[in-house]
Amino acid sequence: MPESTVILDAMAIRRALARIAHEIAERNEVGAEVALIGIPVGGDHLALRLSKLLAEIWHQPVPVGILDVSMHRDDLDQRAAPKVYPTVIPFDVTGKTVVLVDDVLFSGRTTRAAMDALNDFGRPKKIQLAVLVDRGHRELPIKADFVGKNVPTAREEKISLCLTENGAERDEVVLLKK
Amino acid sequence: MTDMAWNRKHLLDIESLTADEIVTVLDTARAFKAVGERAIKKVPALRGRTVVNLFVEPSTRTRISFELAEQRLSADIINFTAEASSLKKGETLKDTARNLEALNADFIVMRHSASGAPHFLARVLNASVINAGDGAHEHPTQALLDAFTIRERKGKIAGLNVTILGDILYSRVARSDIWALTKLGARVTLCGPSTLVPKTFEQMGCRVVHNMDEAIRDADIINLLRIQHERQRKTMFPSINEYTQLFGLNKARLAKTKPDALIMHPGPVNRGVEIDSEIADSSRSLILEQVTNGLAVRMAVLYLVNGGKGPQELTGN
Repeated sequence: MPESTVILDAMAIRRALARIAHEIAERNEVGAEVALIGIPVGGDHLALRLSKLLAEIWHQPVPVGILDVSMHRDDLDQRAAPKVYPTVIPFDVTGKTVVLVDDVLFSGRTTRAAMDALNDFGRPKKIQLAVLVDRGHRELPIKADFVGKNVPTAREEKISLCLTENGAERDEVVLLKK
Repeated sequence: MTDMAWNRKHLLDIESLTADEIVTVLDTARAFKAVGERAIKKVPALRGRTVVNLFVEPSTRTRISFELAEQRLSADIINFTAEASSLKKGETLKDTARNLEALNADFIVMRHSASGAPHFLARVLNASVINAGDGAHEHPTQALLDAFTIRERKGKIAGLNVTILGDILYSRVARSDIWALTKLGARVTLCGPSTLVPKTFEQMGCRVVHNMDEAIRDADIINLLRIQHERQRKTMFPSINEYTQLFGLNKARLAKTKPDALIMHPGPVNRGVEIDSEIADSSRSLILEQVTNGLAVRMAVLYLVNGGKGPQELTGN
């Protein structure tokens, strides 16, 4: 068994999401133009939670979508095919400020694939990036606009997000050392 | 980001697949079907990869379906048909394929009149081989699209009664369908003239019936196969007319089936022979949905097979 450390517990995750929601609201004055798009698996549930928090701040519903990026990855010839999740974007992204939501920001390649995939659905006015954990080791010039927690890691470590929506007993973010 | 239950470099048949692997293809195909409903129907998953469509036996719908699937995955395509090829000039299959591989083809999609031809190519080449129909052996992507269509319309496959009618003996579709559907828990009944539906098929776990009304009475799905004139010796049944009398699906026979029984056909349809024209166009016919789903399933297969040869290491978050 690899050694594991809880780096965010349920309370810390709730506080981090609340802070990210307020930062999104502060950065984007016109709430009506903002839509959230989560990247599975993990980011989709976080996007739903953030949309509820933002709806309370703005007093209006905030549209949420799910964007699978597997077909746009740049490493498909180097690995087993990643599992593909259905993409559901029930609104027009053109002209919107789209906040991409992911659980962990690592190499930045998922984010690049997401921006590429998003382009197939329209031309957003702006794209911003919200992540629960930024663990460093970027391989591309990509930076998150909203970060729940910065966690210095070694490259071979793994970060895993457990959410009750996925059947976990409680919300937590765990760092697995090799 | 999790990896899937798929590590295969080739898709040669259904017989060797596990139920989990079949379900992985069906789940993946669901996402690819959604791609076909977007304004931009193309994704870059196979960008820079080269696919050779090696159709040594003539085919229109399967070849077009594969070709469009490859284009929608951004692959480069070479089409190769028997009529226009050096096979006609006496070149062996192995040499033809090696020449194609010398062009750095990554995938070979192959249709051949000899059973086992794709298995042979998979042994001698480095490219991924996808069987698009080999003789009377298997037609794996057809079975996968049939399973996908049934699951989408009925919500499940396990426990359903599926009746396959017609020329079973010479049908690679029937063999692949039997493997796929029984692995997924359906009860398969075969029906047709006894010369074309021998009792030996019971060894594959099917019920064999030679009376049409009995075969379709409890069916949830009725899958009609075309009489393959090109594969038959002349003596398999007395006449087309008699076949239609005994085994053609007409309104009177359909009235005796379950009201929610659905009709499938892999095409091309011989209207008025195995199926009444009106039934083929009715709301109970899934024939055109099968065509749409075939595209999604073939995209899914190419996507999965592409990942079946790299290192299996996870790249992490």
